[in-house]
Amino acid sequence: MDQEKMRTRFIDIMAAFTAYTGIYLPDDVLAKLKELAAKEDAPMATTFYDAMFKDLEMAATLSRPCCQDTGVIQYFIQVGTSFPLINEIEDCLAAAVKQATAALPLRHNVVEVFDEKNTGNNVGTRIPWLDWEIVPRRDDVKIYVYMAGGGCSLPGAAKVLMPLEGYEGVVSFVFDQITSYGINACPPLLVGIGIAGSAEVASKLSKKALLRPIGSHNHNPRGAALETMIEEGLNEIGLGPGGVTGRQSVLGVHIEQAGRHPATIAVGLSTGCWAHRRGLIKIDADLRYEVLSHKGAVL
Amino acid sequence: MKTKTLSTPIKDEDILELSIGDIVYLSGHLITSRDDVHQRLIKQKKPLPLDLAGKAIFHAGPIMRERPEEKGKYDVISIGPTTSMRMEKYEKEFIAATGVKLIVGKGGMGEKTAAGCMRYQAVHAVFPGGCAVLAADRVEEVEGVEWLDLGMPEAIWVLRVKDFGPLLISIDAKGNNLFEKNKKRFNEKKRQIVAEINQHVDYLE
Ligand code: SF4
Repeated sequence: MDQEKMRTRFIDIMAAFTAYTGIYLPDDVLAKLKELAAKEDAPMATTFYDAMFKDLEMAATLSRPCCQDTGVIQYFIQVGTSFPLINEIEDCLAAAVKQATAALPLRHNVVEVFDEKNTGNNVGTRIPWLDWEIVPRRDDVKIYVYMAGGGCSLPGAAKVLMPLEGYEGVVSFVFDQITSYGINACPPLLVGIGIAGSAEVASKLSKKALLRPIGSHNHNPRGAALETMIEEGLNEIGLGPGGVTGRQSVLGVHIEQAGRHPATIAVGLSTGCWAHRRGLIKIDADLRYEVLSHKGAVL
Repeated sequence: MKTKTLSTPIKDEDILELSIGDIVYLSGHLITSRDDVHQRLIKQKKPLPLDLAGKAIFHAGPIMRERPEEKGKYDVISIGPTTSMRMEKYEKEFIAATGVKLIVGKGGMGEKTAAGCMRYQAVHAVFPGGCAVLAADRVEEVEGVEWLDLGMPEAIWVLRVKDFGPLLISIDAKGNNLFEKNKKRFNEKKRQIVAEINQHVDYLE
């Protein structure tokens, strides 16, 4: 394949995959939703879960976005240093977003700051948002697509605590945010927590925590235990689907960390909603793809 | 919890029969009105181009598609509720000014709206957030659009709906507010749970 053909193919794959992510939830999210729904018996909660499953079914049948808020598109890229299109990825992903916006269609969700104008194609200053990880000695690329909706982005926050506020401060911060803002973010929620030395590192890690598959755990035993404690605690509060109360509140709680400064404990929080549209695709040097987040998906 | 159907024009008697936690399905006219429509009517005092008395409004910003062969005629691609709390500032005055009976959105609304619902016999209900294709499916026809200069999400879309729901009554006309009640319960539980967890996280050396 010549370079131009490869470019076109890459754009087509990513446009189709971006649109696909707007219609179908990833396997882990869908399985967890079903598991949570099966545990509810109160009529309000079951009515809401039934509506969600009906909605997903109709979205699939009609090839329409399962939620009207298709978010601001973010890509988290793990690119091998020898991937043949490494120099083109940024331009190609912007082109893919425009293509998906027109094709599906996606809602126009990008407003330029200060000008306060909607760009009308979901591309704008630094948007789609790209996060890069460079992987030495590989020639393929893995890309997460994430649709950051408005409602589920609203509970997001970061705070730098004094060390003596300790991990207790982290726990209180998370519970305060979720009980204050969680119900408007379309629960059950996926809760991402970052712990680090400064606000931006903690925030970024909190978002990366949302990319982890549901059911995975922090690699540190204390981190894993804290995930479980917060998950069980939030479930005990019982926000239920849509905040109408129920036996549970969350799809999961994921924590990611980076070494901190002795004088600070920064905590960041990001949330995903029941319609957690996160896709993961692997593309090799010959531009063959494999969808890792949705088993058997054909674009 | 009771399940009921409502048709527009909605009468005061229908409203007074509803209680928080009831599930309702609506047939008739549902008209989108969100931030800018509230702002124009209440703050800028521009008269509304249509009559909302006895009808239902929807806090929503839809994706609409104009028919290529029929200019000015639209179809709903997807429509879902947006956070109702953003309209709290003006909703009471909005109810008073329009005579609207049913307000549909996502999440709860505050004390002021609850007072408005009690005074003018209206209710607030939530449609399951994010279920945009389900909602679009219950729209029989987009009868018209007003104030399209506000842009697609903010314009007034006049929808004729059939069995639109499930709608969970979150504020009734008797002064009850489901989400405020829930919030109190969540916060009480929170205090105990956080205290319990915090006995196990003393990781500092
Ligand atoms: S919070 Fe999620 S499901 Fe709810 S409206 Fe926003 S994007 Fe859709």
